Amino acid sequence: MDTYLICIILYMVSCIFFVLGIKKLGKADTARKGNLYSSAGMLIAVISVLISQDVISGGFIAYLVIFLALAAGSAVGFIWARKVEMTGMPELVALFNGFGGLSSLLVALSQNIAGVAEDSFTAVTLGLTIAIGAIAFTGSVVAWGKLSGKMFKKAKPIPFKNALNGALCVIGLVGIIMYAAAFDGGAGIAGIIITTAVFLILGFTLVINIGGGDMPVIISFLNALSGLAAAFAGFPIGNTVLIVSGCLVGTSGLILTLIMCKAMNRSFFSLLFKSFGAKKSSSAASGEQKEPRAMSVEDAYLVLEAAKNVVIVPGYGMAVAQAQHAVKELCDKMEDNGTEVNFAIHPVAGRMPGHMNVLLAEANVPYEMLKTSDDINPQMDNVDVAIVIGANDVVNPSAVNDESSPLYGMPIVEAFRARTVFVLKRGKGTGFSGIENPLFTNDNTAMIYGDAKQTVSALVSEFDG
Amino acid sequence: MEIETIMLLIFIFIIAGFLGVELISKVPSQLHTPLMSGTNAISGITIVGAVAACAINTGESRIAGIILGAVAVFFAAINVIGGYFVTDRMLGMFKKKETKK
Repeated sequence: MDTYLICIILYMVSCIFFVLGIKKLGKADTARKGNLYSSAGMLIAVISVLISQDVISGGFIAYLVIFLALAAGSAVGFIWARKVEMTGMPELVALFNGFGGLSSLLVALSQNIAGVAEDSFTAVTLGLTIAIGAIAFTGSVVAWGKLSGKMFKKAKPIPFKNALNGALCVIGLVGIIMYAAAFDGGAGIAGIIITTAVFLILGFTLVINIGGGDMPVIISFLNALSGLAAAFAGFPIGNTVLIVSGCLVGTSGLILTLIMCKAMNRSFFSLLFKSFGAKKSSSAASGEQKEPRAMSVEDAYLVLEAAKNVVIVPGYGMAVAQAQHAVKELCDKMEDNGTEVNFAIHPVAGRMPGHMNVLLAEANVPYEMLKTSDDINPQMDNVDVAIVIGANDVVNPSAVNDESSPLYGMPIVEAFRARTVFVLKRGKGTGFSGIENPLFTNDNTAMIYGDAKQTVSALVSEFDG
Repeated sequence: MEIETIMLLIFIFIIAGFLGVELISKVPSQLHTPLMSGTNAISGITIVGAVAACAINTGESRIAGIILGAVAVFFAAINVIGGYFVTDRMLGMFKKKETKK
């Protein structure tokens, strides 16, 4: 049997492992095994390309270069994955995703130099790989900068953003057409340079003005793009494993994006093309202003001590304060005291899909206690105390009962229906969207101001005392 | 590329897309992060393309192509190895409730 056939068969096996892996990844009990399956698929795919005719004819030099690059990249990835704190997870995922996009972009450029483009189909797919890979790369880097707080945090709005992005997109597509029309001539080279440059800029301008609360959507979307880029990189060289697995990642990313959008009651279109919160200030002044009622930790303890049923609603503030371990301690104390404790987790709480689940899992909170808003809301009337820790927009009652609110229609955790609501908050002020939260001034709400971690630890020591 | 091959590749692409929808659409929200970082690692499959591109360029001694390919292998390897390990670490933390004392 020649190596070509062996490769195709191995690619097939690898695809099967990816499909099984993703399937198992979708269930809590088998998720870890699923990840293992998919990594086995990856190993098989890499081995089969290493024994393919392309690499064999590259000779010793090819093997040497490839192994050095493989070893260096693997070492960096391994160390990074080991060292990262769980709170740093969103930015790490964004960064890895950017590397995937960058890699696809470089693959396409390298394929171009190798003269892979031989007709307009291969040329167009090569151009699309560059386009999508470039957006995924710079977009993810901006997302990483925003999430880690290192860069682009307070970016000025770009004037005529939509017109600019539209123009960039058109110029980039013209670049691809130029390349497809003359892939072996000077115009083709110019086309590929234009495409690369323009889409690198577009990734930047698309993401730069997207705020922190919209990050779960944009991360999922960038994830989809890096998958699509890999799929398109498979077309010019007719590589099936690239097409299949890249496409699987692409669709999974798109589905996650849509789930996140639904959870925020926004269309993906409006997220990319309108800036949220721009119209916020107008409604804030209207209506009489009530002062939120503040409560001391001691008084809060007395209420919690008597409570039979407590729901904790975590948000990004809990991640910032790194309060998850303290929260778990408080949760244990309350359970020892005979209180039923649950967590109500909104799909977009935090900065990436499932962010809160990961943080609480790190603090050893068993996943049965982590409920979705749909599970908790019907029982909310029977809840004695809802403790909102660093969440804001996802518990804003305006989404349910104020048709004039920009949040109206967004599914929320209906914490306001609990008998008592504690809101742990650093200070007065609005959430990410800049929208006033009437929950804070409700009669059954008590604000406990201060750093979430310190407040929760203080509550824990009250239980001890 | 021959038209038959092109159509076959597009065919594979479309079917894989529908397969992806079927596989993902019922994932519970608590697994969203591991799912994302797990599929993110899979998107590092571009490493296969990177290795092939790098090797083809070596065969014809095109230095720029070799360098681009090697850098692509490097970044894809970070994506793959980092992605899988970080997903495994995360999933290792998801625990069931211990039996009540």
